[in-house]
Amino acid sequence: MGTETTLVSEAPCEITLENFLEFPEGRKVLSCIQCGLCAGTCPYGDVMDYPPRRIIAMLRAGMLEKVFHSESLLNCVACYACMAKCPRDIRLTEVLLPLVKEEIFVHLPEVPPELQKALQNTLRYGNPMGESPRKRVAWTKTTDVPIPILGEMSRPVDVLWFVECYTSYHPRGQDNSRALAKIFNGLGIDFAILGNEEKCAGECARLVGEAGLFGTLQDYTMTLFRRYEGRFNRIVTSGAHAYDAFRYQYPALGFDYQVDHTMPFLFQHLEQLKPMLSRKLNYRVTYHDACCLGRHNGFYEEPRALLTAIPGVKLVEMTHNRINSICCGGGGGGMWLDTYYKAKGYERLSERRVKEAVATGADVLAISCPYEVSRFEDAAKVLGYDNKLVVRDISELLAEAMQS
Amino acid sequence: MNILVLLRMIPDVVEELEISNDGKTLDREFLRLIPNETDDHALEEALLLKERHGGKVTVVAPDAPELDDVLFACLAKGADRAVKISGVEPVMGGRAAARLMAQVLTTAPGLLPADLILTGVQSTEDLDGLMAPILSHLLQLPYVDNVTQVTADGPGKTVTAVKEFPSAVRAEFDVQLPAVLGIQAAEKPPRYVPVAKVRAVMKSQHLESAAAPAGVEAGQLEILQMAKPEPAEHAEMLAGDPAQVAGKICEILAARGVL
Repeated sequence: MGTETTLVSEAPCEITLENFLEFPEGRKVLSCIQCGLCAGTCPYGDVMDYPPRRIIAMLRAGMLEKVFHSESLLNCVACYACMAKCPRDIRLTEVLLPLVKEEIFVHLPEVPPELQKALQNTLRYGNPMGESPRKRVAWTKTTDVPIPILGEMSRPVDVLWFVECYTSYHPRGQDNSRALAKIFNGLGIDFAILGNEEKCAGECARLVGEAGLFGTLQDYTMTLFRRYEGRFNRIVTSGAHAYDAFRYQYPALGFDYQVDHTMPFLFQHLEQLKPMLSRKLNYRVTYHDACCLGRHNGFYEEPRALLTAIPGVKLVEMTHNRINSICCGGGGGGMWLDTYYKAKGYERLSERRVKEAVATGADVLAISCPYEVSRFEDAAKVLGYDNKLVVRDISELLAEAMQS
Repeated sequence: MNILVLLRMIPDVVEELEISNDGKTLDREFLRLIPNETDDHALEEALLLKERHGGKVTVVAPDAPELDDVLFACLAKGADRAVKISGVEPVMGGRAAARLMAQVLTTAPGLLPADLILTGVQSTEDLDGLMAPILSHLLQLPYVDNVTQVTADGPGKTVTAVKEFPSAVRAEFDVQLPAVLGIQAAEKPPRYVPVAKVRAVMKSQHLESAAAPAGVEAGQLEILQMAKPEPAEHAEMLAGDPAQVAGKICEILAARGVL
């Protein structure tokens, strides 16, 4: 496999709730001081019957069974806020909450229909939208630059670009992919994609508690990587959740490729990129820190450095930024629970975030996770701000700043 | 209550359908099959009846690609037995399928007698939704179609089937058992079954097989030609501000005599 390894070796999926306390991560829960920072920082903590603090208390009291029969953690959008704020460094979003969610998912009397459809689609078609797997590669016909497909090439490449679902199928996600293709081409990156063979990396299935679906997708993708062993050196993806899956979950199955999200990857090429950014964009931009990139992996400054490298861009910050960023509401299955949240009377997190973005006076809300473009555009329309604020992936802004 | 659910695998229209060179059949090279939606609702209704009144649910399906995964999912949802019928063309027309299923049910061991036979009221490859009525005719059993709810009495002698009529009219039928019901929709959407549960069932349970009887009578209808719908004229997009667009809509409606 790859020559460089930056992957953690911890394999959390070996941990179960039964053997939880045998692992260091499990024993850490014993040190919880019940300060409640986790519940306080949770964007839906106010509507949860069992916020993280109570779950830990009930686990220690042997009362966790009660939690399994509640829908409480359907409100967990896996934003890593609780984990980032925990003074005891308890790996809530990484380890404990997914394990509890697995049990909750099995006991759910009814899976909310929107989520059910997304999960069934992901299992059958490899993408949550239920689009044809044979059309996954169709977007490549709409680019100005050639997009090589690994299986059709006779030579190895440096970078395997793992495109992911929304960036393959969603019309606005495809804008991100077209922009990246232009940037990669401009930088002279030697890349290829998997084409129609690619399927969802599965992270959000895991984070909603559908561990079996995640395992199925993980097995499939690992088989694909093994088939192309020696044909690429490293993986780059614009999918923030795919990045997380490859970095933290796939190593348990022997994955040891270097993996980069496109934001830190392009940041590594910033000096080469700067001379290409010759078109002035007079935008006032605010940046939404994606949960996986920011709180989970600490990539706060790289996206900002890319934005401020664009001539004419003025970067302004929202009240909640970096570690305090508010989730778009799409993680942990939230992408397909909007109807459920709405029916419960909860405010959509994407709307809360768009209000903050508008308050900065920005005319562009910049994002770095493929879930966010549709979530924020929808929220802006619902709130009547669609004439005030446009949502753009940072890759789109970079490509726009490149003279064609 | 002993309930049989008939399940058909039909072409998945997420993939574009192609017609074979013979002009009468679907090209199977990229064709994928999926459980018929109303059959899935029939299974859900059967599982709800089992949960409320006890009994056993058996799923019977003509063999087809990807059927094993579907049947294991049925078992994981709560069905007790899953029987696949071998020796059948993977995609069958509606009337021939009904005759075949009637013969399979009467000849395969351990399927009949059943108190209830539930199946979807229609499928996309079914010309006129005759699977359940022909089946009931051949088996000489009472039949109600377009059913959206089934409740059973205590002793299991009768069920009450709610049938939908046009204009939002609903009727309740008391049906003597055994009977055949054509399910239009279950009382609630078909349940989700976690993949891990399906995987566990694959290890702990097995699928049964029964051979289709030889010499099944062909369907009464023959497919003469299969063709893709021809594209009609393109839609006209009305441009302009809302007042202009509204004006144009009024002109179009007036020209067609609607206004």
